[in-house]
Amino acid sequence: MSLARRLRDSLPLLPFLTVVVIFLIIPTATVVVGSVYTDGVFSLDRIEALFTGTALSALLDSVLLSGATALLGAVFGAVMAWLIVSSPSTSMVRRAVLSLCSVLAQFGGVALAFAFLATVGLNGVLTLWVQQVFGFNLAGSGWLYSLSGLILVYTYFQIPLMVIVFVPALEGLREQWREAAVSLGASTWAYWREVAIPLLTPAFLGSALLLFANAFAAYATAAALVSQGSPILPLLIRASLVSEVVLGQAGFAYALALEMIVVVAVVMAAYNLLVRRSSRWLS
Amino acid sequence: MFGLFFLFPLYAMADFSTRNLIAGGRTWRAWANLFADQALYQAIVVSLLLAVFTVAAMLVLLVPTMIWVRLRAPWAKGLVEFMCLLPLTIPALVIVVGLRNVYLWVTYFLGESALTLTFVYVVIVLPFAYRAIDAALSAIDLQTLSEAARSLGAGWLTTITRVVVPNIWSGILSAAFISIAVVLGEFTIASLSGYETLQVQIVLIGKSDGPTSVAASLATLLFGFVLLLILSLVTRGRRNVGVTV
Amino acid sequence: MSVGTNGVGVQLDELTRVYGTTRALDGFTLHIEPGELVALLGPSGCGKTTALRILAGLDEATSGTVAVGGVDVSKVPANKRDMGMVFQAYSLFPHLTVLDNVAFGLKMRGKAKRDRLSRAADMLELVGLGELGGRYAKELSGGQQQRVALARALAIRPRVLLLDEPLSALDAKVRTQLRDEIRRVQLEVGTTTLFVTHDQEEALAVADRVGVMNEGRLEQLAAPADLYANPATPFVAEFVGLNNKVPATVSGGSASLLGVSVAALPGSVDGAGVAMVRPESVTVTADPAGASTVSSVSFLGAISRVHIMVPDGSTVSAQMASSAARGFAPGDPVTVGIEPRGVLVTRP
Repeated sequence: MSLARRLRDSLPLLPFLTVVVIFLIIPTATVVVGSVYTDGVFSLDRIEALFTGTALSALLDSVLLSGATALLGAVFGAVMAWLIVSSPSTSMVRRAVLSLCSVLAQFGGVALAFAFLATVGLNGVLTLWVQQVFGFNLAGSGWLYSLSGLILVYTYFQIPLMVIVFVPALEGLREQWREAAVSLGASTWAYWREVAIPLLTPAFLGSALLLFANAFAAYATAAALVSQGSPILPLLIRASLVSEVVLGQAGFAYALALEMIVVVAVVMAAYNLLVRRSSRWLS
Repeated sequence: MFGLFFLFPLYAMADFSTRNLIAGGRTWRAWANLFADQALYQAIVVSLLLAVFTVAAMLVLLVPTMIWVRLRAPWAKGLVEFMCLLPLTIPALVIVVGLRNVYLWVTYFLGESALTLTFVYVVIVLPFAYRAIDAALSAIDLQTLSEAARSLGAGWLTTITRVVVPNIWSGILSAAFISIAVVLGEFTIASLSGYETLQVQIVLIGKSDGPTSVAASLATLLFGFVLLLILSLVTRGRRNVGVTV
Repeated sequence: MSVGTNGVGVQLDELTRVYGTTRALDGFTLHIEPGELVALLGPSGCGKTTALRILAGLDEATSGTVAVGGVDVSKVPANKRDMGMVFQAYSLFPHLTVLDNVAFGLKMRGKAKRDRLSRAADMLELVGLGELGGRYAKELSGGQQQRVALARALAIRPRVLLLDEPLSALDAKVRTQLRDEIRRVQLEVGTTTLFVTHDQEEALAVADRVGVMNEGRLEQLAAPADLYANPATPFVAEFVGLNNKVPATVSGGSASLLGVSVAALPGSVDGAGVAMVRPESVTVTADPAGASTVSSVSFLGAISRVHIMVPDGSTVSAQMASSAARGFAPGDPVTVGIEPRGVLVTRP
């Protein structure tokens, strides 16, 4: 195909590419460049600073938060996905549950924070009830605003995300495989051990990775719950954007953001590898 | 058993937001604030407008591009798909950090309104919209349809709007609904860029007026839920309304 | 290479299967002789797959018994029935190699690794896929996948082999090749086999006996040639082979049609009716004074069909070797007759 022809055919793609470049590529590039260029001078100082003090502990806490909620979300989500798949596929309940999962998993960051405040916050419904019945203050120590509180709240949206991502894999498990295994002499346990679990494992692990990336990059919920302090990476980024004096270096946010992209990109790359294998089998 | 874990906080929200802290009993004051409180009401309007604009911009930008790629530039498919799925790997948080310079420029040309967020939001919803529209385009024979239309004398615009779009309607609806839900729930970029959209406002109010924030949050969740439920009823088949896989 | 099982008989008695208001099977009875291949033939929804699945243990009859070798197995769970099954498609485990797939049943029975892999290799040889042991299902064509499925089912030396429309998902050419393969293997191994299909040509080609089913019941069970020549009911006559429908009158066991008198098969109505005549039973002779005219000739390779318009205005098709058909052209006057074979006459 001639070059002129190809150029001409590319023209209509220009508006789309322009928008994406300006509002996605350039910001990303700014981050990457900004993290190694301080006032026009190439320097790795900011990157080094990532591995000290506040920044390092924020990173570790983020990893802990993401890992814990990914694990909890994956396991409970898989069970819930199984329950959903076992119910008839056009039932209203199933649709409602999947829609609810979609909303909770992706679009409810701030709303979830407030949901938990309403439940186990200082004046939360559960808090007050427990206070009345058992006499102790569930929200007393302000644990909701700490790492363990975040783990609870994050799990609340990790489980639905797992459901959404894992249900297609479960649906890809053909009935013929179970019947073939049974006709060849497999007991239920043998079927799971030899066929179903090996087939589902890549999808399960992939989904868990997705959950990890999701939690790692999440901002809204934590920002809504925690107004002071920066226990995790996203909140540290907030702090360094809002006040230019964190760690005595302006623009530290760039390095932090770079760190975030790197972690998420690595996890997503691993996720893609696993998903490719699993979709070869299960679709 | 799962139901309990998930539904309880939602119930708690309903309860909290309607509780009269002073006199005991129930009150709808918090919900009334959705309209009465000027700042909140403004934010709601802004967010709704943003949602509409984002959907419109996304459709205008994405649908013709995807059709064009399929028909005339198949070699670009990989590129377009990569660009659409890239936002999944680049967190909103990162985008907003790098967005400052770009937005200095944008506000210079287009003013200070929160509606300028439309452009960024279009990028954010790309992964979801792309999947939905791609699935719909795959289900029809685009080549034949467009050739038939063109051989009967239709120009490109007519072909797209009158012939292709009606046939991929479920994909478009899907993309639109999900985009609305995303925009209404978006917080990260709006707050760190200093704009006052619905979610930002909810958080601001939250410090002083708990019940109203909870009411607004619950409203957001319910609205999103209804949207997606309608969507799943309207689109047949099991293809998920969801995210990345 | 040792293959072969001692064939056992299968007895399905008075099977009934009700789903809500639908009767998938209605008093279905079938006895299969040891080593025999019986084909169950019928349209979709006639109950043939249901019967097979009940025999396999994947479905449960509402009433009736299933016995293998004289022993009642109705209550035996599917994984203990020792039957090999080949499904219509997609039944190979995608995460295992072909060899591991074939060896799966042996693994379930606790055979040592070396033994089961060697037996699996033997079975692959038997179906002609000896070198493909290391591949995965996705890399094989449809026909190859079904051969592997067959090898897998036979590897465990099942007492009964069950085939659920194994060829329906394949291309026409592959279908013909594979059905002969299946028959060859079945004869060599000697396993009692139940083969379900909706393709009558397939059923006639491979089976020792064919059972035609309709709405949950067995309409006729006979050897292929028998079924073809002497259909017991109108449904069987329609479903198996092609038919001309010619007006006829029956009296005293004889049917009179096209100016000729032939025997009326048992099951025919009395008086005026419609006779089902096979195309190859119709004779055509060139006759300048003939009352019928050739309307067209269809060339089908080894045979041809000559379509003739008879005096009452309807069309009758005659089938003959293409060499014989060469003499006829559209517009030729001809006389039509019938070979002296029995016909089934039904209500008009």
